[in-house]
Amino acid sequence: MWVLLGIALIVAGFVLRFNPLLVILASAIATGLAAGLDPLTILAAFGKAFNDSRYVSVVWVVLPVIGLLEAHGLQERARGLIDRMRGATTGRFLLFYLVARQISAAMGLISVAGHAQTVRPLVAPIAEAAAEKQAGTLDEEQRDEIKAWAAATDNVGVFFGEDIFLAIGSILLIKGLLEQYGIMLEPLQLSVWAIPTAIAALLIHGFRLWRLDRRLNAQGKAAEDAA
Amino acid sequence: MITLHWVYALMGAVFAGYALLGAADRSNPRRFTTAAFWALLALSMWAGDRIGDIGNGVLVLGLVAIAGFKGMGRGSGGVPLAERQARADRHGNGLFAIALVIPVTALVGTFLFKAFPAWIDPKQTTLISLALGVLIALAIGCTWLRARPIVALQQGRQLMDSVGWVAILPQMLASLGAVFALAGVGDVVGGIVRLAIPDGSLLGAVIAYGVGMALFTIVMGNAFAAFPVMTAAIGIPLLIHHYHGDPAIICAIGMLAGFCGTLLTPMAANFNLLPAALLELKDEYGVIRRQVGTALPLLCVNILLIYWLAFR
Repeated sequence: MWVLLGIALIVAGFVLRFNPLLVILASAIATGLAAGLDPLTILAAFGKAFNDSRYVSVVWVVLPVIGLLEAHGLQERARGLIDRMRGATTGRFLLFYLVARQISAAMGLISVAGHAQTVRPLVAPIAEAAAEKQAGTLDEEQRDEIKAWAAATDNVGVFFGEDIFLAIGSILLIKGLLEQYGIMLEPLQLSVWAIPTAIAALLIHGFRLWRLDRRLNAQGKAAEDAA
Repeated sequence: MITLHWVYALMGAVFAGYALLGAADRSNPRRFTTAAFWALLALSMWAGDRIGDIGNGVLVLGLVAIAGFKGMGRGSGGVPLAERQARADRHGNGLFAIALVIPVTALVGTFLFKAFPAWIDPKQTTLISLALGVLIALAIGCTWLRARPIVALQQGRQLMDSVGWVAILPQMLASLGAVFALAGVGDVVGGIVRLAIPDGSLLGAVIAYGVGMALFTIVMGNAFAAFPVMTAAIGIPLLIHHYHGDPAIICAIGMLAGFCGTLLTPMAANFNLLPAALLELKDEYGVIRRQVGTALPLLCVNILLIYWLAFR
């Protein structure tokens, strides 16, 4: 049971906001010591695993291309495309973003969008503006809620799109782990099974966005009736 | 034969480039420690197989020391918005086409290279194709945009600096998973979870795997750490060996059950807490609150998908 100490350390470390890399290392040391391993064995095991899982970090090889394209206006181009979508409701706009994010993530284009790149400058403001048109005025709390919907939609889109792409870290991790147990699989054999969940995520989150639209419209109608 | 080591060599060169360019970036107040971080990663890519397990362990200690004691910084700079806007108008949608070269090459290469097992390691075609796609996209991009390759490397470095130490978080969590496996954490957790499984119930075992993935991910903040533990505890011995389930389906969807947990936890700081700060929400858990209604039903769907699809 003492080996669970490492898990407790992880939880405590995150709650207390220590640097996650330090927390992970501390947890590995505590877990190893609790299991009766000597420090050098723990260090060697961690080092070997780090070296064996280098393929997880190979995805960063795409950054120079993304950087080159961004310096030449990739995001501005994307913004121009989306700007023409005015008149959309909050729910429909976020649904559009969800689909676009899922498809682009499924093609491996994860870093062309994200909280810093698209949600803050683009998705959240457009969603907020659309919500204001639907509901009349928004109070501070509702504004925050719409922004949170924008961030949540980005997460859902990228989480349940990315595993369709062959070379993403999680697919490679699955492949690597199964290899340790003598089960040889190709990334494609794994990534096709991410498609049913991707569709379910689209339906569930899309349904919730549709209900958000109905709520905002009802509020707008009530405000109109009161006036 | 072209193997994954060619890709590692390329990655090592890229990280070494980041280190050199980073050390020269005077706008970064911590340029030398930041450069040292990328230099250590270059060393890991180039010499990881030669420096031994303890050597790699020491290398990780170095990385953690730099990141843990706030040695990572980033410079200012980059192309100003007006210039990017003007370039976007000039280049048009061809920019998207270049971005698409990478995934298309990865996909095509994965199938095509199977035909040349003597030249290209057939087990690694996807990653090799990905790296090849990057090189092709760079060649086309630099020619068409009339940019020198060093510009791409410089831009890539600035993106890498903004990612910072988070870049090795997945690799660190995978390594923690390995130490957990060595220490038998999976057996202990698995034993606890298995206690909850009704004897001989396949559905019970599938629920335990799916819910276990989500719960463990909530605790660890990352499905990458939960996956090896839950798969070693329940996935491999029970679902795959005992009930003869399809490993590809169980693991692919099991990982996604873990992602449902990621939506629910502040431990997944870069997805759930970072945007709340970025959007200046008063409630730091506001993003998580909006995700509960999607994550829980989707977890049920994932569990049912494993149950229906993997045991035909």
